Amino acid sequence: MPGRNKVTKKTLSAGQRRGPPLAWVGWSFLILLAVVTVLYVGLKAVANPILFLQNLLDGLKLGFVYALIALGYTMVYGIVKLINFAHGDVFMVGAFTSYYAVSRFNLHMWPAAAFPSISPNLAVVLGSLTVILLSMAVCVILAVTIERVAYKPLRDAPRIAALITAIGVSFFLEFFGALPFVFSARFIPYKAPFSTHAWYIKDGIHPIISGQASPDNTISFSNIFLIIAAASILVQVLLQYIVKRTKIGIAMRAASYDKPTARLMGINVDRVISFTFAIGAAFAGLGGVLYAIAYSSIYTQLGVLPGLKAFVAAVLGGIGSIPGAFVGALIMGQAEAMTMGYISTPMRDAVAFSILIIVLLVKPTGLFGEPAQEKA
Amino acid sequence: MEQLGYLLSSTVKILGLIAWIFGLLWGLGRKPLWQKLLTIVAAFAVIQALFGFKIGSFQFFSAFDQGLLFQAVTMAMVALGLNLIYGFNGQFSLAQWGFYGLGAYCSADVTYRWSNGDAGGLIVVGLGVILAGVAIGLVRMFLNRKRGVPVLSAFTFYLFGILAAVFIAVQVGKPLATACLPLFGTVDAPGPLSAPIFLQIVFPLSVIFAGAFAAEVSFLFGLPVLSLGSDYFGIATLGFSIVVQTLMVNSDTILPFPEMKGGRGMIGITKLTTWFWAFAFLIFVIMLIRNFVRSSTGRATLAVREDEIAARAMGIDVASSKLLAFVLGSFVAGIGGGIYAHYIGFLSPNTFSFIKGFDPLIIVVFGGLGSLTGTVAAAFGWIFFLEGFLRVLLGQLGTDAPSWRFVLYPITLLLLMLLRPKGLLGTTEWGFFQASIVKRKIAAPLDKGKGEGVAATPPPPSEVGKPTTGNKH
Repeated sequence: MPGRNKVTKKTLSAGQRRGPPLAWVGWSFLILLAVVTVLYVGLKAVANPILFLQNLLDGLKLGFVYALIALGYTMVYGIVKLINFAHGDVFMVGAFTSYYAVSRFNLHMWPAAAFPSISPNLAVVLGSLTVILLSMAVCVILAVTIERVAYKPLRDAPRIAALITAIGVSFFLEFFGALPFVFSARFIPYKAPFSTHAWYIKDGIHPIISGQASPDNTISFSNIFLIIAAASILVQVLLQYIVKRTKIGIAMRAASYDKPTARLMGINVDRVISFTFAIGAAFAGLGGVLYAIAYSSIYTQLGVLPGLKAFVAAVLGGIGSIPGAFVGALIMGQAEAMTMGYISTPMRDAVAFSILIIVLLVKPTGLFGEPAQEKA
Repeated sequence: MEQLGYLLSSTVKILGLIAWIFGLLWGLGRKPLWQKLLTIVAAFAVIQALFGFKIGSFQFFSAFDQGLLFQAVTMAMVALGLNLIYGFNGQFSLAQWGFYGLGAYCSADVTYRWSNGDAGGLIVVGLGVILAGVAIGLVRMFLNRKRGVPVLSAFTFYLFGILAAVFIAVQVGKPLATACLPLFGTVDAPGPLSAPIFLQIVFPLSVIFAGAFAAEVSFLFGLPVLSLGSDYFGIATLGFSIVVQTLMVNSDTILPFPEMKGGRGMIGITKLTTWFWAFAFLIFVIMLIRNFVRSSTGRATLAVREDEIAARAMGIDVASSKLLAFVLGSFVAGIGGGIYAHYIGFLSPNTFSFIKGFDPLIIVVFGGLGSLTGTVAAAFGWIFFLEGFLRVLLGQLGTDAPSWRFVLYPITLLLLMLLRPKGLLGTTEWGFFQASIVKRKIAAPLDKGKGEGVAATPPPPSEVGKPTTGNKH
């Protein structure tokens, strides 16, 4: 070590610019970690490629759902610099709304009841869309109410006060929902508005007969996976269009860049913020319904962990960036699915948060993030 | 009628306890040493005497209330630590509950193994904690010779230093534990180490080791994470709590601790917490936190909360200041965990879920961010009012009522944040927390220019925080 010291001194005196000392230690540690992870997963993948592909597919399913939630986080954080903890619970309310619409009120049956002559497939599609739209509407109303009641009075308060308020709102929704006359604290089996079909791939695509397991060494997927993927990508495209092309999108970008100036330019910042909350909540509601259909059991703390992981995904991709949230969510989904497949199911939360900490250390602005504009 | 009587007696208890705390702090704030010692002895004796006290059917401390008292003591410790981190240093941490859990499991494991005739827990944990401390010190000395080492590299050094220390501790501790095995004897012929007196020595040691263990983990975790922004730090610490709970659930499968029994919960912990130990550790924690806050390092911590850039300009090492407050707060949380584990005798990962981790946060916010008096009073009031009084009363009113508690907490928190973001007491202090450590003489002419507040000797503690707070708003 003394020899090395001498070298450092010499180069400094020679006037060369060097990076911080010993930076290589941290980087080599991280690279070692990455190499070990890739090798581990790679060896497992070579040993059983079918299982690896199945994990990949499961990870994609999870990732697409996280992408739907992460959008709300990333947009709200981009504009008001607030981690909206209650977002995960808005997602939960979306799932519960669709549950009540389907199981109690049979809302998904209305096209079949009103127009008996239309084809059953069209009736199912129309009914499901109605349920999803209703959930989205309820989520939008809820989110805008939360924003008006809880967050708006604190807009000029310290950010920590707003964060604690967000946590408070989140708890309120969870435990108010757990009251016996609201949703109750039990796990509730979820009845989907349409029936799920699954297929497996082995020399072509074959349907799985319901009630039977798919044959060994095959990759299976279901229609709900396809719907989640399609919805998630569609929402991405729609949001890109809204943010880049429409007037309100330009206003959103202006408000996130500089609020006082945006106000001077005649933008109603309060309305823009409400709109941001609303659009995030709409996608969370959609995500809630799809998540409930895919995992077929709901309870009032359903939104906590997916919400947190979606936030991690948003940070991973660079908070404030919409494509970043999408990519981050897909990475999170893969990380979780691989952990579940190769390490152990409960460790997936630990892995998710370890990734967050590592990413924040290496690149605090995330993968697609822009450098921080303001000193917090 | 029965409920009315319960209401009355509960009110008496809560008011009495709050008065007891204020009396204790008042007595500790007296100047001669013998008065302080007398106060400690008297405060201890009053509660101890009340344990067996009974008038007719009215019992001041029933078994249930004693449990609440221990719970309140641990909660006061955890909340004091959190107030140091959040109230005094401004780092919004949700990891406090995780460190509390780590302390509880660590301490419980040591005494569990000891009472089952295995000294390995004590030896390995003790050696590990000490060696890891030495390793941290050595790495720090090495890193101090080079300026501007990036956080990631520093973290790597510390990580490998601590891992090496733990490895050595395990390798040395295991043969030592085997060597100690004959000293425990068998069930029929107990050896010298099986005597109950040793358990009484092992228990406080285990609690202190648990605190040190939590502190070292918090050092390793805080080093990289404290450099993040305030709300990223909050999320990362929340993640830490979740990771700790996940590890607890998997303690018998992924971690090699079959006696912790994973998600089913650790049973068979000897209930060693007596009022003596609980009170002794409470006094220790109160003194530690208060002396830290009033020291020059503590004032630096406060300056970091008010304005990091200004603090840096004054020559304060902001990063180490944050780290020190974080480590000290976690140390205290670990001690609280050790006391809790030996009072309740059963540890379940559910107790340490991050949702319950908001309790200390609410207590700190309620008592006042930056008010130690408020934190201690709020911790006792919180436990006795909500866990004791309200739970029993709501339980008597109807079966569904207790679930309303968790609806009322967030509403309280919301209202507090909206109406009074600085907490109920603000930064007001009382008695011991108010008195300064060193009696300073302030020159008279200086006093007159500055006006009220500074004129009195010793200077009030709020003086430390006031000028800077005034500047900010």
